[in-house]
Amino acid sequence: MVSSRSAVHAVGAPARWLVVGWRRSIQARVVMSVLALSAILAFLAGWVLLRQVTEGLLDSKQQAALTQAAAGIDTAQSNLDEAELSGSFDIGPVLNQLIEVLSPRDQSHVDYGVVVIGPMSAVRPQRATSWAPRSSAEIDIDRSLPADLVAKVKSQPGSWWAYSRVGFGGPTAQPTPGLVVGSQIQVTNTGQSYGLFYVFPLQEQQATLAVVVRALVAAGTILVVLLAFIAWVVTRQVVTPVRLARRIAERLAAGRLEERMHVRGEDDLARLAKSFNQMATNLQRQIYRLEELSRVQQRFVADVSHELRTPLTTVRMASEVLFEARAGFDAATQRSAELLHDQLDRFETLLTDLLEISRFDAGAASLELTEFDLRDLARQTAAAMRPVAERAGSELRLIVPAVACVLHADVRRVERIARNLISNAAQYGEGRPIDVTVRSDAESVSLLVRDRGVGLQPGEEALVFNRFWRADPARARTRGGTGLGLSIALEDTALHGGSLDAWGAPGRGSVFRCTLPRQPGHAVHPLPIALDQPGSPAELVGGPYAHYPQITSGGAR
Amino acid sequence: MDISRAHRGRVLVIDDDSSLAEMLTIVLRNEGFEPRVCGNGALALSSVRDFRPDVVLLDLMLPGKDGTDVCHEIRAESGVPIIMLTAKSDTVDIVLGLEAGADDYVVKPFKPKELVARIRARLRTFDEAAPADVEIGDLVIDVAGHTVKRGDESLPLTPLEFDLLLCLARKPWQVFTREVLLEQVWGYRHAADTRLVNVHVQRLRSKVELDPENPTIVLTVRGVGYKAGEPARTP
Repeated sequence: MVSSRSAVHAVGAPARWLVVGWRRSIQARVVMSVLALSAILAFLAGWVLLRQVTEGLLDSKQQAALTQAAAGIDTAQSNLDEAELSGSFDIGPVLNQLIEVLSPRDQSHVDYGVVVIGPMSAVRPQRATSWAPRSSAEIDIDRSLPADLVAKVKSQPGSWWAYSRVGFGGPTAQPTPGLVVGSQIQVTNTGQSYGLFYVFPLQEQQATLAVVVRALVAAGTILVVLLAFIAWVVTRQVVTPVRLARRIAERLAAGRLEERMHVRGEDDLARLAKSFNQMATNLQRQIYRLEELSRVQQRFVADVSHELRTPLTTVRMASEVLFEARAGFDAATQRSAELLHDQLDRFETLLTDLLEISRFDAGAASLELTEFDLRDLARQTAAAMRPVAERAGSELRLIVPAVACVLHADVRRVERIARNLISNAAQYGEGRPIDVTVRSDAESVSLLVRDRGVGLQPGEEALVFNRFWRADPARARTRGGTGLGLSIALEDTALHGGSLDAWGAPGRGSVFRCTLPRQPGHAVHPLPIALDQPGSPAELVGGPYAHYPQITSGGAR
Repeated sequence: MDISRAHRGRVLVIDDDSSLAEMLTIVLRNEGFEPRVCGNGALALSSVRDFRPDVVLLDLMLPGKDGTDVCHEIRAESGVPIIMLTAKSDTVDIVLGLEAGADDYVVKPFKPKELVARIRARLRTFDEAAPADVEIGDLVIDVAGHTVKRGDESLPLTPLEFDLLLCLARKPWQVFTREVLLEQVWGYRHAADTRLVNVHVQRLRSKVELDPENPTIVLTVRGVGYKAGEPARTP
């Protein structure tokens, strides 16, 4: 079984190579097509030519043969008539003599034979010697006379001919193609008729035709090969610049924007090269412009960051001083100090999130990789976020496996993902318990945060990651949060090549699952949290899983 | 934190933003420190010589002179703890600042409590009931005298580097994770930036190792953290 499979593979390899070559190379395709078409053409031309030659050869032979046969038949009839006048009734010797007369004179060049059969009438001749058949030398009578020709000669007077295979050159010789001409000859006083047949072997014609066929095959083969070669040379002229263009295009695609094609002459290919170069130049210019724009943008973001943060620091410290001293203020000033203090927190978070988002947009975000255990990170983050959850009235429960879930990732970003997911769960958890689950498999690790709060309407799974999107606009502002947390979590996940999914059911809560590859950039299959485990989407939505399609986001970036 | 020690804290604020500098002095004075403001990077060094601060708060973006340059200058002649005030959370700037010799950093906008905690952590001394000398590798740490010697040669370490080395040397059998070092040396109670540890271990090595490429005193334990090298008892 195994060996036969491997044998198939061994056969498959060159075939695959051929298929790939055929699919990839225009040149191969053109050459193969020319080869096939010219082979068909050569075959047709050869066939027509061969027919013409055959007909020509046979026609002349046939003419000569019929003339010779007609003359021979006349001679035979007149010899018979003479024998009758001389009163001889024994026809046997007459026939023998006839054969002798009609046989070829030149014994070194026997190119036909003569056969006499008969008598063909029902009346028995008086002597046994009157019985034919008899023939000139080298004719095998049984194999040479076609039955339908004999029948025709017997039934009708006149001369008839047919092509047949004849036995010529003795009984051992192979049958060869031949022309047989036959006619009745009459013995008037006995009323008997005999059949006289001329047998012309066509060996010479056959030999000539064989030579012609050989010549045609040779010429055809040479022609086909030459045509294929010409096709190869011609396509090479076209394909080489195209291949060059492909290589240059690949280099351009790989980011080597200064690569250009070499322009030579003024033909179509040179114009192609010129247009190609122009395109490359335009692309390069556009890319540089965008890069410059992005640099300016980044610079601007950095400047804004600095310019905003310094006064904000002062304001914040002032508010902190006021807040600490609020006990000595009157009621209105005290409340003002509190509001100032709280809203500054929010303002700061919003600023931080906005700057983070703009850094993602500018493509300035990069990974700082370290190796860590997701369980430790989950524990630390859960500990840090527990006060937040408890303020919202939710108990924060941590479910981690016994085995280590080590991954290679940016620990600050992963921590931020966890923080954003937990804080989201706390905001919308309606004071019910929140589960944080960690799972892992060979390639990836998952963090799953589940709340039992307002949940998601069908279709909202895709919207939750939108910036500033809020499930409930009417109550939005009271919940706090910037509305950017999940967007940032999604960007952070995407940066690792992971995927962030959401499920939810109205009034039953929602689940967010962040799956990260153990090595950044490796493909993830969001499996580590199986559907039938506690805290799984299936358990949460309490119905067929298919009703809440998984929204995978970020993984494809 | 008792009052007497807090009074000891002279803090030099090097910041060009006068509002922020004034606010900082208000907050620091409230907390019992003795602040002074220097508004220009070019004057920073003379202020340090003049004021002899216990801690320097240094804004990284300064007119006249770049914050990292100022940091280099101060570090060239003093081991005084330097805490950077930075508006950038960008990796490169922070690492540059740390490599220039800053001990710690706070990202604007910070809470006053956060800043005070960082200052206090730098002012805290590592003087629990200590044995006279601790050995690490071929070095001898004189805890009371706050000096480190290789043979007769005294190695110039900043207080932070001294604390880091002493922390490792006290428990030579223990591998310290970066998080534990952050907690014990820098005084962070929550997970913080482990680059602080990496940069300072590099700086420490450049001072105490004979060959910083092949360290024998501060050893890296791959995937875990750092540990002290074996004490070498030469007769």
